[in-house]
Amino acid sequence: MTVALEIKNLHVSVNDQPILKGVNLLIREGEIHALMGPNGSGKSTLAYTLAGHPAYEPTAGQVIFDGKDLLEMEADERSRAGLFLAFQYPVAVPGVTLAKFLRQAINSRRQAENPDDKGISIPEFRRLLKEKMAMLNIDPKFAGRYLNDGFSGGEKKRAEILQMATLEPKIAIMDETDSGLDIDALRIVAEGANRLHETNNMGVLVITHYQRILNYIKPDYVHIMLDGRIVESGGPELALQLEEKGYDWIRAKYGAAEEA
Amino acid sequence: MTGFSKEAVEKLSAVLNEPAWMREFRLQAWEVYEKTPMPTTKDEAWRRTDIRRLKLDEIGPALNGFDASGVDVPAYLGEQLTADKAGGVLVEVDGVVQHYELSDALKEQGVIFCDMHTAVREHEELVKKHFMTEAVKVTDGKFAALHGAFWRGGVFLYVPKNVKAAAPLHSALWSAHGKTFTHTLVVLEEGAEAIFIDEYASGQGDAPGLHNGVIELLVRDNASLTYAGLQDFGQNVWQFNHERARVGRDARLEWVTSMMGTRLTKAFQTVELDKPGAWARMSGVFFTTDRQHVDLDTQQNHNASDTVSDLLYKGALKGKSRSVWQGMIKVLPGSQRIDGFQANRNLMLDRTSRADSIPGLEIEADDVRCTHASTVGKLDEEEVFYLMSRGIPRHTAVQMVVQGFFDPIMARIPIEGVRERIFSRILEKLG
Repeated sequence: MTVALEIKNLHVSVNDQPILKGVNLLIREGEIHALMGPNGSGKSTLAYTLAGHPAYEPTAGQVIFDGKDLLEMEADERSRAGLFLAFQYPVAVPGVTLAKFLRQAINSRRQAENPDDKGISIPEFRRLLKEKMAMLNIDPKFAGRYLNDGFSGGEKKRAEILQMATLEPKIAIMDETDSGLDIDALRIVAEGANRLHETNNMGVLVITHYQRILNYIKPDYVHIMLDGRIVESGGPELALQLEEKGYDWIRAKYGAAEEA
Repeated sequence: MTGFSKEAVEKLSAVLNEPAWMREFRLQAWEVYEKTPMPTTKDEAWRRTDIRRLKLDEIGPALNGFDASGVDVPAYLGEQLTADKAGGVLVEVDGVVQHYELSDALKEQGVIFCDMHTAVREHEELVKKHFMTEAVKVTDGKFAALHGAFWRGGVFLYVPKNVKAAAPLHSALWSAHGKTFTHTLVVLEEGAEAIFIDEYASGQGDAPGLHNGVIELLVRDNASLTYAGLQDFGQNVWQFNHERARVGRDARLEWVTSMMGTRLTKAFQTVELDKPGAWARMSGVFFTTDRQHVDLDTQQNHNASDTVSDLLYKGALKGKSRSVWQGMIKVLPGSQRIDGFQANRNLMLDRTSRADSIPGLEIEADDVRCTHASTVGKLDEEEVFYLMSRGIPRHTAVQMVVQGFFDPIMARIPIEGVRERIFSRILEKLG
């Protein structure tokens, strides 16, 4: 059975302020979805809510991931279950190297399955990390640097994809991974995601403002979010339409309904 | 129960069967003690540390002789921390020797490493010359005077001129009766080198305990000392320490301090950079929990030109604990080309803890580069969430963030075993 992420009528508040107002979305393993929408429409709120950030409070609705109630799970359980969020703004953790962090992330998975697991051996981990870093064109020196500390915007995004490639999630949410990336970096990052999609049948939710990344990660479905709801869904042509016409026609079409 | 008195000084000196000069020294220290008022929060150095609840005479001095051989000392104390096997190991219980060894290689080099009382008897001239004469003095404060009068136990390390000690030295001082007055005296003659780990610990007791210690580190010209003082007393112990190092021409001091235990600690730690080329690095770690109170007063005195001092103290706090760090860099007039750095960083793990961080500079010269930094921050929940979002359970994520906080200070500690010891205590205290 394939893994699916099913979001049903999800309402989320931040500081008692409703942001998501009934989101419905179904992403199956192996599918690529794009979520687009203007600033402030709730795209990142959806991403953080799915990842389990404590500041985002679901007030109604349900999220089913791989048959389980996602909203009942802690952030770490969600990750171990196979959900991954590539953050728009990855946090720096000074004093913790990228290598140490990734090794702990792998070992936490292994130990959750088998409490007696001794963890990945250092040579095995080195091999794995080296391979993934080469794939994403990341300087091996990064392994010894403090996590995201002093990384440039592009380096942070690449480090996110490195984590994704190492942890091999079933469904990944990429929150504005394209912002701050030049075209070469964008291509490398997209190739990394595509490879996971092809080899592991990873499902992807690409959150973006711009059509550009969708030239590299080709979506099966495109959704448009406005004021905390998905108002329009379609195929890849919807993204092209947005690129051409902007968001005003969406606002005109659905903003009026909001007033009524 | 015996309190502190002149009679008690005499009794202690008799129990220890000391030479007359030491008895005289103690009596003079007692006179200073009697003349010195008990510090109160009206004294600047004690403003943040209230000791009104300390009933000194109810604790009293450690006067009696006893047999230390039957006392259980935890196995970790004195166990090898250095990569090379220690050439000298000394384990004391309340100032009485329980275990002692010194390698032939060190003996042949003329290295003296023994308990302080043996030193007073067998190396009288050396002790007389250096014991509370130029580093810590009995006039340094009420508790320096009390120590001068009632010191008991501790360790003496002497490395002769141009001798590089063949192996590290290690002492572990365990307190079974809750009151210790240990004295550490280290003398490195010109061009000498040594690595010395000095541990202090006790179990958890109910009755109030006392540690009134002095540490003196004399690092002569061209000498190089690595000294790690690791304190881990029970939370019933009041600790009052005076610690001072003197660093000579082109000499180096690597001074590591770890403070994990006690109910209350007030420690004065001073480095005197006496001659050009003197270099000192002070690295301190503390972790307070429950109702612990740690107050560290550090001073870097640049008494000569071309001297370098670099201090970094990092602390984590939990529960209703409190820390105070008060640092001072002093540069004497006429001292030029000074490099002085001090930083104190604190990590609050609970809202109920409190850290005060007060850097200070007193510079009376022009060509100096002195900088200071101090921060008090909370555990960053965004960092914890980020780690959790990759499948790391909360408990481990918090451990990693705390470990990350201490990483820069750990990187300064030159002995891996010491780093591991400190870090494992941090994890234990983190819970």
